[in-house]
Amino acid sequence: MNMKQPQVETSPKVSDEVRKTTCYMCACRCGINVHMKDGKVAYIEGNKDHPVNKGVLCAKGSAGIQQVNSPARLTSPLLRTGPRGSGEFKEISWDEALEKAVELLKPIREDNPAKLAFFTGRDQSQSFTSFFAQNFGTPNYAAHGGFCLVNMAAAGIYTIGGAFWEFGSPDWEHTKLFMLFGVAEDHDSNPIKMGLGKIKKRGAKVIGVNPIRSGYNAIADEWVGITPGTDGLFILALVHELFKAGKIDLDYLANLTNAPVLLNSDEKSPEYGLFLKDDEGKALVIDRKTGKTAAFDQQGIEPDLSGQHEIDGIVHTTVFKKMAEQYLDPEYAPEAIANQCGISAEKIKIIAAELARVAFDEAFELPQPWTDFRGKHHETMVGRPVSFHSMRGISAHSNGFQTCRALHILQIVLGTVEVPGGFRFKPPYPKPVEAHPAPHSKVTPNSPLNGPHLGFVRGPEGLALDDDGKAIRIDKAFTWENPMSSHGMMHMVISNAHAGDPYPIDTLFLYMANMAWNSSMNTSGTIEMLTDKNEDGTYKIPNIIYSDAYSSEMVAYSDLVLPDTTYLERHDCISLLDRPICEADAVADAIRWPVIEPDRNVRGFQSVLLDLGARLQLPGFINEDGSQKYADYGDYIVNHERRPGVGPLAGFRGEKGDSYGRGAVNKEQLNKYIENGGFALEHIAPEAAYYKPWNNAYQEWAVEKGFFDSPQPYIFQIYSETMRKFQLAAEGHGEHQPPEHLREQIKEVFEPMPIWYEPFEEQQVDEDEYPIHALTQRPMAMYHSWGSQNAWLRQIHGMNPLYVPTKLWEKHGFTEGDWAKVSSVHGEITIPVAHMAALNESTVWTWNAIGKRKGAWALDEDAPETTKGFLLNHLIHELLPSKRDGQRWANSDPITGQAAWFDLRVKMERLDAQEQTLPAFDAQKSPVGKG
Amino acid sequence: MTQLPQSTAKKLGLVIDLDTCVGCHACVTSCKGWNTENYGVPLSDDDAYGANPIGTFLNRVHSFEVQPEATGGCGSSAQTVHFPKSCLHCDDAPCVTVCPTGASYKRQEDGIVLVDEDACMGCGLCAWACPYGARELDSDSGVMKKCTLCVDRIYNENLPEEDRQPACVRTCPAGARHFGDFADPESNVSKLVEERGGFELMPEQGTKPVNRYLPPRKKDSWDSANNNVLPLNAISQEPKGFLKWLDSALGKV
Amino acid sequence: MHPAPSVIIFTVLTGLGFGFITWLGIGMPEVMGKSAFITYFGAFALSVIGLISSTFHLGNPKNAYKSFSQWRTSWLSREGWLAVATLLVTGLFAFLLIFFDKNLQILGYISSVLAVLTVIATSMIYIQIKAVPRWSHRSVMFYFITVSLAGGAILAGQHKPALVLTILAVIVQIVTWKIGDGRFKESGSTMETATGLGSIGKVRLFESPHTGDNYLLKEMAYVVGRRHANKLRALTLLFMGVIPAVLLLLSNGNTVALVLTAISHLIGAFASRWLFFAEAEHVVGLYYGKR
Ligand SMILES: Nc1nc2c(c(=O)[nH]1)N[C@H]1C(S)=C(S)[C@@H](COP(=O)(O)OP(=O)(O)OC[C@H]3O[C@@H](n4cnc5c(=O)[nH]c(N)nc54)[C@H](O)[C@@H]3O)O[C@H]1N2
Ligand SMILES: Nc1nc2c(c(=O)[nH]1)N[C@H]1C(S)=C(S)[C@@H](COP(=O)(O)OP(=O)(O)OC[C@H]3O[C@@H](n4cnc5c(=O)[nH]c(N)nc54)[C@H](O)[C@@H]3O)O[C@H]1N2
Ligand code: SF4
Ligand code: SF4
Ligand code: SF4
Ligand code: SF4
Ligand code: SF4
Ligand SMILES: [Mo]
Repeated sequence: MNMKQPQVETSPKVSDEVRKTTCYMCACRCGINVHMKDGKVAYIEGNKDHPVNKGVLCAKGSAGIQQVNSPARLTSPLLRTGPRGSGEFKEISWDEALEKAVELLKPIREDNPAKLAFFTGRDQSQSFTSFFAQNFGTPNYAAHGGFCLVNMAAAGIYTIGGAFWEFGSPDWEHTKLFMLFGVAEDHDSNPIKMGLGKIKKRGAKVIGVNPIRSGYNAIADEWVGITPGTDGLFILALVHELFKAGKIDLDYLANLTNAPVLLNSDEKSPEYGLFLKDDEGKALVIDRKTGKTAAFDQQGIEPDLSGQHEIDGIVHTTVFKKMAEQYLDPEYAPEAIANQCGISAEKIKIIAAELARVAFDEAFELPQPWTDFRGKHHETMVGRPVSFHSMRGISAHSNGFQTCRALHILQIVLGTVEVPGGFRFKPPYPKPVEAHPAPHSKVTPNSPLNGPHLGFVRGPEGLALDDDGKAIRIDKAFTWENPMSSHGMMHMVISNAHAGDPYPIDTLFLYMANMAWNSSMNTSGTIEMLTDKNEDGTYKIPNIIYSDAYSSEMVAYSDLVLPDTTYLERHDCISLLDRPICEADAVADAIRWPVIEPDRNVRGFQSVLLDLGARLQLPGFINEDGSQKYADYGDYIVNHERRPGVGPLAGFRGEKGDSYGRGAVNKEQLNKYIENGGFALEHIAPEAAYYKPWNNAYQEWAVEKGFFDSPQPYIFQIYSETMRKFQLAAEGHGEHQPPEHLREQIKEVFEPMPIWYEPFEEQQVDEDEYPIHALTQRPMAMYHSWGSQNAWLRQIHGMNPLYVPTKLWEKHGFTEGDWAKVSSVHGEITIPVAHMAALNESTVWTWNAIGKRKGAWALDEDAPETTKGFLLNHLIHELLPSKRDGQRWANSDPITGQAAWFDLRVKMERLDAQEQTLPAFDAQKSPVGKG
Repeated sequence: MTQLPQSTAKKLGLVIDLDTCVGCHACVTSCKGWNTENYGVPLSDDDAYGANPIGTFLNRVHSFEVQPEATGGCGSSAQTVHFPKSCLHCDDAPCVTVCPTGASYKRQEDGIVLVDEDACMGCGLCAWACPYGARELDSDSGVMKKCTLCVDRIYNENLPEEDRQPACVRTCPAGARHFGDFADPESNVSKLVEERGGFELMPEQGTKPVNRYLPPRKKDSWDSANNNVLPLNAISQEPKGFLKWLDSALGKV
Repeated sequence: MHPAPSVIIFTVLTGLGFGFITWLGIGMPEVMGKSAFITYFGAFALSVIGLISSTFHLGNPKNAYKSFSQWRTSWLSREGWLAVATLLVTGLFAFLLIFFDKNLQILGYISSVLAVLTVIATSMIYIQIKAVPRWSHRSVMFYFITVSLAGGAILAGQHKPALVLTILAVIVQIVTWKIGDGRFKESGSTMETATGLGSIGKVRLFESPHTGDNYLLKEMAYVVGRRHANKLRALTLLFMGVIPAVLLLLSNGNTVALVLTAISHLIGAFASRWLFFAEAEHVVGLYYGKR
């Protein structure tokens, strides 16, 4: 029979034009090809040449077109007309809006710049926003790192000079055993997925340590369903096993870490536990060749791990000796900790054995000569193909800083940081603490702050305290409560401002942070604080200015709304000064540019800030004649210089556009980036590709590219002297003393080599009453609160149940379709439940930020996000229940101030199916109508 | 044209690696994006911002839990498996033979099963006939939608050679999706199926799917007592002995 | 499967209409002139309303005419041809009867055969759907035929055949239910075969692909409660079986009783057909943990 089939057009025209820019459906910053038809965005796909994603995109990336079509996009500057939270606004012009802002901010700057608190959320132009804040002169600036990942970031930088996060990555090409701690999605979303794919292709092994077996953990060959908050114990048990068996990389420890550094071991000495240093302040080691002390970086020495040195009657022994003593202690034996971690001792031992086997028995060498910082030439690069990655699962606990450090110690003991097959930094990392700024907080009316706000304190003397010992910053970062809070503490801003503690502020200026909803602990309480009034009827937090691109919950709580564009309508700079897009083998940065023009009365926030800065006559924002210095953000990106020859973008510098890193301003820079696909990249030479902290070739290259002004080789800080300094102060030494109520805590938690302690909430609530751990995870197909306005993504995650493990499911008598009342010491929610078997038996969890407030995001008021979706945040307080002494402590890591989201303990009660999750709030009026 | 070809010159299809899929839904939205702009009418979304959003998707990712029978040792943990599913381009496609209008057909040259939207009357019978739920009737246009295997990409001369693969394959970050010709035993997909024991879904339905799934590799082998990893031998139980060992070890460095 | 009214009306009314035609075609009863007009009008009306109703199920009815093209493979297409052929032949037969008082009996026989074949074709549309195991069985054909012929016999006033067929239809219905209840299991399709993960262990759904609804769930994952189904089964037996049988037994052919019988049968047939869809489970439900 005649088979006639229809003719299909197999070569249709794909689009009129492709514009290459950078995705911003999350912070991973993949390269995208935006296909245009008839001047409109038609289709978005990954850019194959892009270093981050090499062509792939995630679910959000491909759905970006629906973000640009979203009915929730703000359309005009807004001035609040109804009460806060009502959502009643009138549209105003940009001139009116900016004048209004000037009216609020100008007097503050003249009087006391600290009365402005400027905090930014999701964005990545921190180097620019902090530039504004610094020039304004307020000490109250930070981004969201404090509630996000500061434990991870600070532990990384203080220990190995760089963090997991997106600042490094496993050596996907060579690693044979990959161990993943507490990661659901991460900022490095696509690279991790690509890396896992590579590992799987080779048949290498993945171990997933996570109470929940979903996503990446679903494909892990071995799942370690750990009890939340106990990773530190588990990791130190692994360290214990490795020490006990002598399966540790002695060479690596001796040469590349502070294990051989000499410690004052005299308990009575006021310098007990501090490093022995030379006159230049360099830590000393014993050279095995001479038996004499030498600066750690002296050419040609061979540091000794086990020596001892006496000087002026004070004995100094090595960090390594202390390490052995601490970690060989039977308190870390697998048998001793197995129950607490919910992992069998046998499994812990097998994992230790496998780590050792792969690290040492499967060691390999790359035939790549290199020279180390002590001048020693190496013919090859030794590879240890074990790698680790970790994120908020270990970070967002009140013992997170120590746990993150513990993990770095495990890496170090196996000799697997910055070696082939191990964990590698992405430039401009590695970078020792010394190469980072210390925090600055000196306020002078009408002048800039005395330096950058954020940084890394070196000891008690660096805290941001005034002469009376009172916090200088509104968030109380860098105080004795959280001394090493390198990213600030955004989650404390609203409650401190509301309480007027340490002082009242005048204007809260927020950018891209949905603080009235998903980024706050204690959301209901936060809403009350935002609307709470003084007796005279004025708001406790007098003025709130906010920039958002969409009709979020936070918009309704703002007095003045500065509407931003979407990510396809503005310039952005993904700069080496912030969080660039580098690879372990290359340095790279990128831009966004307006691939379409906004069709509404909105402006890119950075451009608005340049305008505002000029209106406020901030130095750095104006020319000598007082006129606006940068016409818009595009202009700033090209023409601003931080140091001579170093600006926001590193690529295509110099008049001819042919230099990378350092070079004169190039007027054509943005066009060059656009031609190049939106990014610029420069490879690292093979001899500089590994061993970066100690590798002369790398150090020289880094100087050439402008990361540092001189080489900064350093050794890993197994023992943190900074921490010891705080501990020593708590022990009563030195002129900077902590308040009494914090003394004991500081003594305990500032242990200079990683320890584990029970998370605070656990220490303080009745574990019999609240026996269940409650967690959230990022859904891969949603970015925090913004995904719900996306027509495609919200069909994937339109509501969120609480997942309950089999044992608890049966214990509570749940059946499919049931709901539950879940309560913590702090609050109560009513929500749907669902069963999950592959889950730690004392843990429940839900997807993060799916629940929405009625009226927000231009959604129907009965949208499932509002009726069946919920936030766990209502159960999490920014303060812990009061202790015996009546003090309420922040629900944060006591070292860094990291918000302890995952310490939450709850109980549950079965309910029949309900119509509405609780708490439910009145609908806010949508300033943009309904979609 | 709903007679199935006796055989097709090529058998194009997908291999989906369940050991690698992390369930990210990237393939879902990239498919939605491409097919909204390309082959046939756009994929609609009803009540997109409302109380009951419901749209047409040609590829959806399910998540299952598999509970192994406990076998000694420490027992067996449940496993999570993410499971993407689109049309399997069956050799004996029941969706094709039931179609009264001839809109559904299987291409002779490459075995792709397509719907000619100009001929479809939207009776839904083919969706009933498909055991896999690979067809969705679009509520706006009333015509049947299904995975086209991106027939408008894989041969598209307006695309660079390397992009001539399905949108979902191109975008999959984990590399869990593979596209190729199953008729060619040397193709990447045939080899993967061979090496990894690729299987068919619901063989008992007799549809002879072309697409294959690669099973998850064996998991949690360290949970059971009969794994072959031995714990480490202690050199010493206490610091003193350890430091002694250290001295001898350092002697060797 | 979603018990869509359009499809239920379609199958019940065409079944009834074609059953009626079957009896008329073999001259039971013999009609001429005006009585022929009335009876054939009735039979046609039922069949045509049914057929029209089926088009309400179409997403894109403007292409409905194309459904005649695939008679080689598609039972829906065949059914279309057969229905048209039946109506044409029957129409001609009736035309001669009504206007020319001419009984070309051979045409009548052909019309009866075609009518039965049409009903068979309708049943084959369902029987061929392997993915719905309850449907995919010969018994379904007998179910469609017996219900159709019983209903036709009642309308045709064929008192004894109606009684016999009613009882037969009920027996077939019960047998079909019985067989149907075990069909899903017999099909061998399980969540384990659907996912191919059975070699690892027992499979359950953790998360649906989307929290939102979709066409498949609406169309194919209809779930009817056991208790509700049992109630409807009882109603079916009562209205399609017991009441008509009793009425037929007691009435001996009086018109009022026949009308009541017909109404009862129709109610029973609708209940039966609703269940035919509602109780039918599609294997795709396995991917959604529905079973
Ligand atoms: N329970 C629980 N709560 C958590 C967490 C958790 O794990 N569990 N995680 C915490 C963490 S780590 C984080 S980082 C926070 C994140 O919480 P948020 O920082 O509040 O993040 P988003 O929801 O992304 O909201 C940012 C706001 O930016 C707006 N926005 C989006 N695009 C643009 C744009 O282009 N321009 C402007 N101006 N605005 C834009 C959005 O509309 C939204 O209102 O949540 C925290 N909250
Ligand atoms: N798609 C998507 N990507 C995102 C985001 C998003 O909203 N959506 N948000 C971005 C942001 S702001 C951030 S901060 C990152 C965060 O990226 P992730 O660190 O991946 O953040 P979470 O999703 O909070 O995942 C925390 C994981 O830790 C596990 N966990 C919790 N407690 C413990 C514990 O005690 N031990 C162990 N081992 N595991 C534990 C949880 O089960 C969960 O899997 O993601 C970024 N990327
Ligand atoms: S991971 Fe996804 S959302 Fe994030 S930048 Fe990349 S493509 Fe965009
Ligand atoms: S998967 Fe379904 S739609 Fe695709 S060919 Fe097979 S039967 Fe047809
Ligand atoms: S819906 Fe369209 S393609 Fe499917 S059977 Fe009906 S006419 Fe054919
Ligand atoms: S092959 Fe094309 S149409 Fe089919 S699922 Fe993939 S992207 Fe969708
Ligand atoms: S894109 Fe790849 S990894 Fe993601 S769900 Fe699809 S197949 Fe799985
Ligand atoms: Mo975050």
